[in-house]
Amino acid sequence: MSELTLAGALTDALATALDKDQRVLVIGEDVGQTGGVFRITDGLIDRFGDQRVIDTPVAESGIVGAAFGMAVAGLRPVAEIQFMGFSYPAYDQILSHVARIRNRSQHRFSAPMVIRMPCGGGFGAAEHHSESTEAIYAHIPGLKVVIPATPYDAKGLLLAAIDSPDPVIFLEPIRLYRLVREEVPEGYYTVEIGKARIEAEGTDVSIITWGAMTHEVREAVEQLAVDGISAEMIDLRTLRPLDEDTIIESVQKTGRAVVVQEAPKTAGFGAEIAALIGERALYSLQAPVERVAGWDTTIPLKKAEHRYMPTTGAIVAAARRTLDA
Amino acid sequence: MRNILDLEGRLVGEAPIDIDTTRRLYRALVETRAYDKKGTTLQRQGRLATYAPLLGQEAAQVGSAAALDPHDWMVATYRDAGAMWMQGYPWEVLLLSRSGDERGGRPPVHVDVLPPSITVGAHMIHAVGISWAEKLQGTDRIAITYFGDGATSEGDFHEAMNFAGVFKTPTVFLCQNNGYAISMPRERQTASDTIAQKADAYGMVGEQVDGNDLFAVYASTKEAVDRARAGEGATLIEAVTYRVGPHTTNDDPGRYRDPEEERMALDRDPIERVRRYLEHEGAWDTDWEESVQAKASTTIERAVELAESLSPPSPEDIFGAVYEEMSPDLRRQFEQVES
Repeated sequence: MSELTLAGALTDALATALDKDQRVLVIGEDVGQTGGVFRITDGLIDRFGDQRVIDTPVAESGIVGAAFGMAVAGLRPVAEIQFMGFSYPAYDQILSHVARIRNRSQHRFSAPMVIRMPCGGGFGAAEHHSESTEAIYAHIPGLKVVIPATPYDAKGLLLAAIDSPDPVIFLEPIRLYRLVREEVPEGYYTVEIGKARIEAEGTDVSIITWGAMTHEVREAVEQLAVDGISAEMIDLRTLRPLDEDTIIESVQKTGRAVVVQEAPKTAGFGAEIAALIGERALYSLQAPVERVAGWDTTIPLKKAEHRYMPTTGAIVAAARRTLDA
Repeated sequence: MRNILDLEGRLVGEAPIDIDTTRRLYRALVETRAYDKKGTTLQRQGRLATYAPLLGQEAAQVGSAAALDPHDWMVATYRDAGAMWMQGYPWEVLLLSRSGDERGGRPPVHVDVLPPSITVGAHMIHAVGISWAEKLQGTDRIAITYFGDGATSEGDFHEAMNFAGVFKTPTVFLCQNNGYAISMPRERQTASDTIAQKADAYGMVGEQVDGNDLFAVYASTKEAVDRARAGEGATLIEAVTYRVGPHTTNDDPGRYRDPEEERMALDRDPIERVRRYLEHEGAWDTDWEESVQAKASTTIERAVELAESLSPPSPEDIFGAVYEEMSPDLRRQFEQVES
């Protein structure tokens, strides 16, 4: 066991995978000597060499397209896109080819690969560096979409993603990279893709979230507890395939649901959760489902960013509304 | 532009293959044309979905694919049935893919030919990644990718060529410049004098060949394949040919080009040129021609029967191929389809 940040746990996962499986390689911009802009691949090139930790030209479509070819030919590439906001040039490759080759070839070819991308805002970055567009990936059949919120999950989920026979979009909340440390086991272990995690059990209201918003939800659960409100906190960890049963069982127990996302509200993944609850748990509900989300604006730059980000207070207020209903 | 066989079927350079091999490739050209004509006919009868004819491009496809080893990779497009078949993709599976059946994307296990790419341009980088993986794994397998003149306008063409240049991947880029991208002539795709010269910008060898000259296409591709296998990196070949037919069966070339142009293209027919060569060499007569035509026809008819004997894909085929294993949320939907 060692105390690691989420970033450190990801580095540990990559090193573990590169060590365990000769087919694994890391490919992306500045992933070599620089160790990536967030230093997630720090030190890997020294240990595994430049044939397995590969610096590429600045070309996201090329990175994903080449990694796709490598995966088809039997390797297990882990491609890094520097920021989620830079992933869109590769979107055609991801949607049209990475996600579809298994269906197009009826299992004759597949693309077991991971596309890592840092996501989310709250740190005053330049435009395009603070995106939460997980819904555009979660919408695509053939992709798995994973977003860890703790160091333990980050390592276990990344190792599971690398081991997955199908392509995985692996989202890394930038705000959580170095927020906390926790005990992370050494060596190989996996966290199952497609399973949500109940971080706090409760009986009055279910709060469902993922990624960096787990931080605000955790604070909200603590504040609600002070007033005697027992909130259940669910960290989805995987958006596709979605762990529907954990959500439904929780809502059937509490009768109330708040969905929290950093992304803009309209057509966000939270809408899918709300619709799912409507389909499968409507008669358990004692109040309308609440959504706490970013506004339907482009996420503002540094000076006004705080006006966009969903706050602990907004989550507490939404939970209270479900109880007052 | 490299040329070995002139329009009359006379050698203006050294023949890269012997007579027996030429006769074998002549059969392949004839069979490819028989398939292609059948494709258009079947579409007109409503038995295929949209069909994209390769008429006139047979030598560019057969000649290039003949230069590969059986275990080499191929990443091609919806107009490359001739090349794909040469590399082992069965006619009946190609027909299946054009009939609107996902199982047409599934070649036999030993055939490493990807299902035809429908999007224009995005697939070239796949051949780069595949051949790069082979290089990293220390095998001698290379990858060839086929695309048209229109695809060179896509941004992904640049990224694929650039990666191949930087990492010296064992890739052959085979551009069939057939003069048109649907209605747009080659001049509307690029202001370059040739497509082959674009190779210079990526630090790789580029060559323009007469794409209707079986020998020139074969020789150029063989050199590119040998270079790739020797670790000397990628090559861009521009095979200049002509799309005699429409873009697809939905297209009407009368709206954008002079029919006289199509008639002139017949003088450059790639198959007739090889026939004349074989005749000059005393290796062709009408009896043999009849047997070649008959065999091609029988083979394609048999492929049509095989393709049409399959019942339509089941929901299991569709839901079962999204992931290796059906996820619980997907299974819930699958059960709704079944009930």
